Amino acid sequence: MGKEVAIIGGGVAGLEAANQLATLGYNVIIFEKKGQPGGNAAKWDRLFPNRRHTSEVVNSLKSRLNGNPSIMLSTAISSVTKSGNRFVLATKGKNFEADAILLATGFELFPAEKKEEYGYGIYENVITSAELEEMFAKHGKPVMKNGSTPSKIAFIHCVGSRDEKVNKPYCSKVCCVTAVKQAIEVKEAIPAAEVYSLYMDLRMFGPGYEDLYKEAQQIGINFIRGRLSEASELDGGRVQIKTEDTLSSRPLKMSVDMVVLMVGMSPALGTIELISGLGLKPNKDGFVAVADYHLNPIGTGVEGVFVAGACSGPSNITDSVNAARSAAIEIHKYLSK
Amino acid sequence: MVDFGYAPLEIKIHDLDKANLTLGEWIAERDETFKHCIACGSCTATCTAGKFTAFSFREMCHSIRRGELMEAITESEKCMLCGKCILACPRNVNTRNIVKLVRKANQNFRV
Amino acid sequence: MIKDGKKKVWDDYQKEIADDKFYYVRSCIRQTIWPGSENIYLRILKDVLGKDIYESENHTTCTGIGYHSEVVPFETIQTVVARNFSLMKEAGYENYNPSCVTSFGIYTEILETWHHFPDEKKKVINFLKQATNRDFVEPKNLAHTSDVLFKFRNEIAAKAKYKLINKETGKPLKVVDHIGCHYAKMFPNKGVGGAEYPQVLAGLVETFGGEVIDYPERRHCCGFGFRQYLVKANRGYSISASKKKFESMEPFKPDFIITNCPGCNYFMDRWQYALAEMEHKTYGENGYGIPVLTYEEVAGLVLGFDPWEMGMQMHQVDVEPLLKKIGVEYDPSKKFKGANGEDLPLPEKPNHINFSV
Ligand SMILES: Cc1cc2nc3c(=O)[nH]c(=O)nc-3n(C[C@H](O)[C@H](O)[C@H](O)COP(=O)(O)OP(=O)(O)OC[C@H]3O[C@@H](n4cnc5c(N)ncnc54)[C@H](O)[C@@H]3O)c2cc1C
Ligand code: SF4
Ligand code: SF4
Ligand code: SF4
Repeated sequence: MGKEVAIIGGGVAGLEAANQLATLGYNVIIFEKKGQPGGNAAKWDRLFPNRRHTSEVVNSLKSRLNGNPSIMLSTAISSVTKSGNRFVLATKGKNFEADAILLATGFELFPAEKKEEYGYGIYENVITSAELEEMFAKHGKPVMKNGSTPSKIAFIHCVGSRDEKVNKPYCSKVCCVTAVKQAIEVKEAIPAAEVYSLYMDLRMFGPGYEDLYKEAQQIGINFIRGRLSEASELDGGRVQIKTEDTLSSRPLKMSVDMVVLMVGMSPALGTIELISGLGLKPNKDGFVAVADYHLNPIGTGVEGVFVAGACSGPSNITDSVNAARSAAIEIHKYLSK
Repeated sequence: MVDFGYAPLEIKIHDLDKANLTLGEWIAERDETFKHCIACGSCTATCTAGKFTAFSFREMCHSIRRGELMEAITESEKCMLCGKCILACPRNVNTRNIVKLVRKANQNFRV
Repeated sequence: MIKDGKKKVWDDYQKEIADDKFYYVRSCIRQTIWPGSENIYLRILKDVLGKDIYESENHTTCTGIGYHSEVVPFETIQTVVARNFSLMKEAGYENYNPSCVTSFGIYTEILETWHHFPDEKKKVINFLKQATNRDFVEPKNLAHTSDVLFKFRNEIAAKAKYKLINKETGKPLKVVDHIGCHYAKMFPNKGVGGAEYPQVLAGLVETFGGEVIDYPERRHCCGFGFRQYLVKANRGYSISASKKKFESMEPFKPDFIITNCPGCNYFMDRWQYALAEMEHKTYGENGYGIPVLTYEEVAGLVLGFDPWEMGMQMHQVDVEPLLKKIGVEYDPSKKFKGANGEDLPLPEKPNHINFSV
């Protein structure tokens, strides 16, 4: 065969598709703009729902990256164009060609400083869920700016999701369960800590997620149904937060040592520009639009161009991997025509 | 009347078969953002009036959805119309306008 | 507090502020409650900074208070505003410079409305023509007077006689900055520093040597809130809102409060007296209140203007402890003397808050 497939993005979706396509006998090359493969998932310490170490998953996915599939690191694709049946991928240096394209450019974390009233980047102990993962990886627990261990922590759901004020009207899907997972981990690392979760709805859609929620209740995580309206810094870097306790219909305030913002998934930067050369448009939320939400969720409007993972909308690893596998089959069908 | 020392109790459930839901419809016709609320409570959390009285814009809207019109109308009087809640609402509900509509509806719906 | 983070937000919200040739517009209430501030502003602009600033005796209130209390309809206020713009045009100025935050909010709101709903503007052109036979143009630049002092803060600091530093301890004075809601909460990009972390007064304070303190209820309403005060039955809301702020700032021991809005100034000052008399509670040191200053007074003080000439004896919270802290030279015996040395009527001494008469 020897046909060439170019995969843009070396996250879990790109890696999984590459492995499948190489098994099917194609020459596969992944273009990854960062210096290492793994994408966003590689930044997490442990995964929901079962809290296994992320490295197990990522290492397994990248274990075949020797020869075919191959990966070009630190190589961002800036545009793709179609000429005849071939595709031309442009990078800063040179152009590459391929017979089929898989878009797997994933997502970007919502820039939390856009919710100015939450004080991210200004208050010392307001951090994002992604930074908490880093802390777990480095110290095994959250650490305050001054080095001490927090004893009261609040998780704030839906930061940069379900919020028309920042033009992110959609739900990011994974942050509810991530918050519950992280809350449990905090409690395990600091048993005396008081842990709160401020949520609007708890969207526990996946297998094992509801169990995680129950586990959180059992170990004493406090759930408050209300959305954060604003945060202020107190003396010594503590943070005062305000919400409505909607179950008792009364405003509520409390001070905590640390606030964790559950940042949502935003469309990957540059992807819209990347696909515009193919005449493709994003969906209304800014992610890559799929051909048919039910019947062809990995196709795009252009023959030979496929999409998998979080670049077509918020998804967890399972869904990203599933989409990658279906994309591999579809690409195989397309290239064997 | 015989006093048996007990009496049948009044039914306190929301009875949506009997509830008067017309105010909600009337408001939504004039401001469709009334329908967009997801009951997150950001409005109440930030409300200047709600800090000193038991006023909750979210609850007022909910009363309307359950047909508790008098409650909603009385509650609406507590709003100071400052508009702070509009800044906080993630669904861009036109809160202030809705309070004004409830007050305006007072004439039509007061029983 | 991560200082750099705040600076980043500040950088995102810088607005254009005219450099010279201002058309000045007074506030309808400041002259009675804060009689010296507007005068000091004009003197600073003309005499200290050498700017051209003009005011027309024919300009009126913007009717903002009436508008926000729903007694003045939107059409009316737009026409009043258009008339004020037409006076500016007739005087040959383009940079509109209102001294009131409520007005500033009104002008901003109306200009935005005209921008997004041009038909609304057409209507107003007609109204103004019919009512007064005048035409107007929109200002080229709209800046609040606090914006202008912010712009020239370094020039002012270079000529300053005093710094916002405690003379005894050598430490910066701790200052609470309170920004009128209508300055930036409706249109964050129209205010220096935006709505959440405004820089306009913080910048003044820091340039003059003071230190701004952040306290949890920094963003909360001063207590005016129009409806909360104007309807007497609602005044409980008004005083409770102010009280909430005082309680929140008290642990930080502020030396004074600076605000850029007539309403905020008034209520944060007067309610301290009312709270003292109602609840026997004062929020400053030694039974005094926390002085509440306008930005013009602060600029005037550091430039060495006489506090009594600026009308600072008209405050309900005594400013003398603050003057002493800064080391301002002033004559306590002239506190209640008029411009020609005549005796002014002495205020009644309050019972539960210190005030030297
Ligand atoms: C805080 C948080 C915690 C999470 N925890 C879990 C969990 O515990 N379990 C779980 O199942 N899921 C979790 N997820 C979801 C998971 O991270 C995603 O499902 C997964 O990362 C999606 O993989 P992807 O390959 O589609 O995208 P990404 O991981 O975003 O990878 C995309 C890759 O493409 C690259 N790229 C982008 N544009 C270009 C370009 N133009 N040229 C070249 N390369 C490009 C990027 O650098 C990146 O490496 C979590 C998400 C968040 C936000
Ligand atoms: S998953 Fe939960 S936290 Fe995330 S956007 Fe959806 S509702 Fe909000
Ligand atoms: S407009 Fe009414 S409901 Fe909204 S914050 Fe102001 S007082 Fe509260
Ligand atoms: S803030 Fe908006 S969505 Fe949330 S409860 Fe209030 S009106 Fe509803």
